[in-house]
Amino acid sequence: MSSGNDELPTPDILRGLSQPRFSRRQLLQAAGWGGAALGAGALLSACGVAGTGAQAKTTKSSIEKFWAGKKKTGVVNWANWPLYIDVSSTNKDDHPSIDLFEKHYGIKVHYYEVIQDEGPFFAKVEPSLQAHQYTGYDVAVITNGIYFTKYVELGWFIPLDHSLLPNFNKYAATKYKHEGFDPGNVYSIPWQSGFTGIGYNPKYVGEDINSYWDLFNPKYKGHIGMFGNNDDLPNSILVAMYGDPAKTGPKQWRAAAKRLNEQKPLVRQYFTQNYIESLKSGDLWISQAWSGDIFQANASGGSNLKFVIPKEGGVIWTDNLTLLKYAQNPVSGMLLMDWYYRPEIAAMVAEYVNYITPVPDARQWVDKDAAKAKGSNKASLEYIAKSPLVFPTAAEYHETYNYRVLTNKELSVWNSIFEPIYLGA
Amino acid sequence: MTLRMRARLAPYLLILPGGLWLAIFFVIPIIALLALSLDTGNLINGFRETFHVATYVNQLSQYHTQFIRSFVYGTIATAAMIAIGYPVAYWIAFHGGTRKSAYLFLLILPFFVTFVLRTVSWQFLLADQGIVLGTLKNWGLLPQGFRVLSTNFAVIAGLTYNFLPYMVLPIYVALERMDKGLLEAASDLYANRREVFRRVVLPLSIPGVFAGILLTFVPAVSDYVNAEILGGVNQVMIGNIIENQYLVNNNYPQAAALSFVLMAALLIGVFIYARALGTEDILSVSSG
Repeated sequence: MSSGNDELPTPDILRGLSQPRFSRRQLLQAAGWGGAALGAGALLSACGVAGTGAQAKTTKSSIEKFWAGKKKTGVVNWANWPLYIDVSSTNKDDHPSIDLFEKHYGIKVHYYEVIQDEGPFFAKVEPSLQAHQYTGYDVAVITNGIYFTKYVELGWFIPLDHSLLPNFNKYAATKYKHEGFDPGNVYSIPWQSGFTGIGYNPKYVGEDINSYWDLFNPKYKGHIGMFGNNDDLPNSILVAMYGDPAKTGPKQWRAAAKRLNEQKPLVRQYFTQNYIESLKSGDLWISQAWSGDIFQANASGGSNLKFVIPKEGGVIWTDNLTLLKYAQNPVSGMLLMDWYYRPEIAAMVAEYVNYITPVPDARQWVDKDAAKAKGSNKASLEYIAKSPLVFPTAAEYHETYNYRVLTNKELSVWNSIFEPIYLGA
Repeated sequence: MTLRMRARLAPYLLILPGGLWLAIFFVIPIIALLALSLDTGNLINGFRETFHVATYVNQLSQYHTQFIRSFVYGTIATAAMIAIGYPVAYWIAFHGGTRKSAYLFLLILPFFVTFVLRTVSWQFLLADQGIVLGTLKNWGLLPQGFRVLSTNFAVIAGLTYNFLPYMVLPIYVALERMDKGLLEAASDLYANRREVFRRVVLPLSIPGVFAGILLTFVPAVSDYVNAEILGGVNQVMIGNIIENQYLVNNNYPQAAALSFVLMAALLIGVFIYARALGTEDILSVSSG
């Protein structure tokens, strides 16, 4: 599969030129680390940590019971990742899609770009949720994967009232209604998705990359980057070896870990951030990468990196809109979530963030905007409209796999197998 | 209350704020940390106190490499800081003239930028094809495959750089407050400059060095930012492990056990060190 392999237009004609964007994932790590350190303090105040896992099973009646009598409120507090929403051309703190929502419903949205990484955000909301208190956020964007499962098992998401999601039901791509990590969208609907694939710098890599095993090529020794996390690192290799990670168990995990250990002498860094800069500078030549990061790096100029979804199959992850437990404005939160499934609104976000939108019909609106636009703006919008990294085809979706969903028990086995690879000696 | 009683209580009342501070922010958290480290369980089902000492054994057998590495890095970085910091402090104290405070200001100026950004800047400067290494490679002075980032050297250099002022300043204070008459006296007694340094200046500045070591060794050993940004596959430090156990895996007892061992090791080291060299001089430096 070479869907991601098509040539990007030269960076200067991409619309991003006028708005240098940072990678959503390129953590403004300073803040993240600081927060982590503070979070540790809160933890220490409790000798034992009470579990909340024995949550009542989410049944239809319990959902109805929760939502009965809940009314629209005048505000909604929304936690999202940095630079992950449309921005007005005149004021970067202004988000036109939110303005339209506020005007339409008369609900004030407080938008917080507070999620720099899954762990630190979890650490931030955990003390409140443990204490049965409102976290200050109604809607939070949580990536599927290990943390998503943790929230579900802890009972920290509010099950959604689908009668408040008419646009989601009408416009969401079919794939997003059958997610393995949340069947039936009980707790979540997607915000944006992205691929974990391979990014490389053609200046140093003189061939077309199309396989995970290119990351194991000794000729790139010392310049190979891998993700130092428990989601992307293991799942990619499982896809390369076995296809769907959902069909693998501890035996396959150990075999995958063995391959990764063999690869270790070639790897320069198991990174948690900043890999884009390293790819640009030539410290890394080839690396695991997230699709939108590469797109945005090129769009902001100064680099001509390439991104491919390997032929063995891509790994797709989804950032999800969720309602955190003890939310004070659940109904308004749901109205906000559904708002982003209006195709014209989804298009506004897609044009800016360049990740995969869950609303295929948004494409028509991007086309319309492209028709109206001029010059470099036009070229970039046209590029987005036809980009498989923003609007994948059904066939392309078919060849991609989700992260392995891990139960709490499986998780400790999984961690003990894969963690020593990137934390080892 | 009688005057006598009041007089007897006064010293205790005076240490009360400090004592409370220490109790609330050190003693209680340490006990909580110790208790947590002996829990078993997980986030979903909760953690219960089971006095599970085996956690310590498991964690240490699994991560002793990173532990030892952190102490080795810390030791080398501290030695490097003395080697770099002492001459700097000496020069400012004895040859700085009227511009002493300007030099000191220049020394700490980079540290107005946050820790992480300073470290990230080194990543940029020392990139394989960056402005330093790239240029040297183009001139043929370095082989193409040479790199600094993702090596032990990079991490130790990062630690040395980031904590350097905490070494220079105490040494500077020790040297600065030295009675210059002593140096003249030594010269009058026919000591040459080397002898003056060896027998007068150095012994009198040792408390400053000791204070510097305390201020730098402890944070350097437990640091994880430098290893994360400047290090690579084989530079993982114990701080990174603790961060991962706490933030990524939510293995709170394991994280607590590692933190406790690290803290205990550092405390014991500092204690032995203090017994060997005495603490009175340090107090005089830090208050001087």
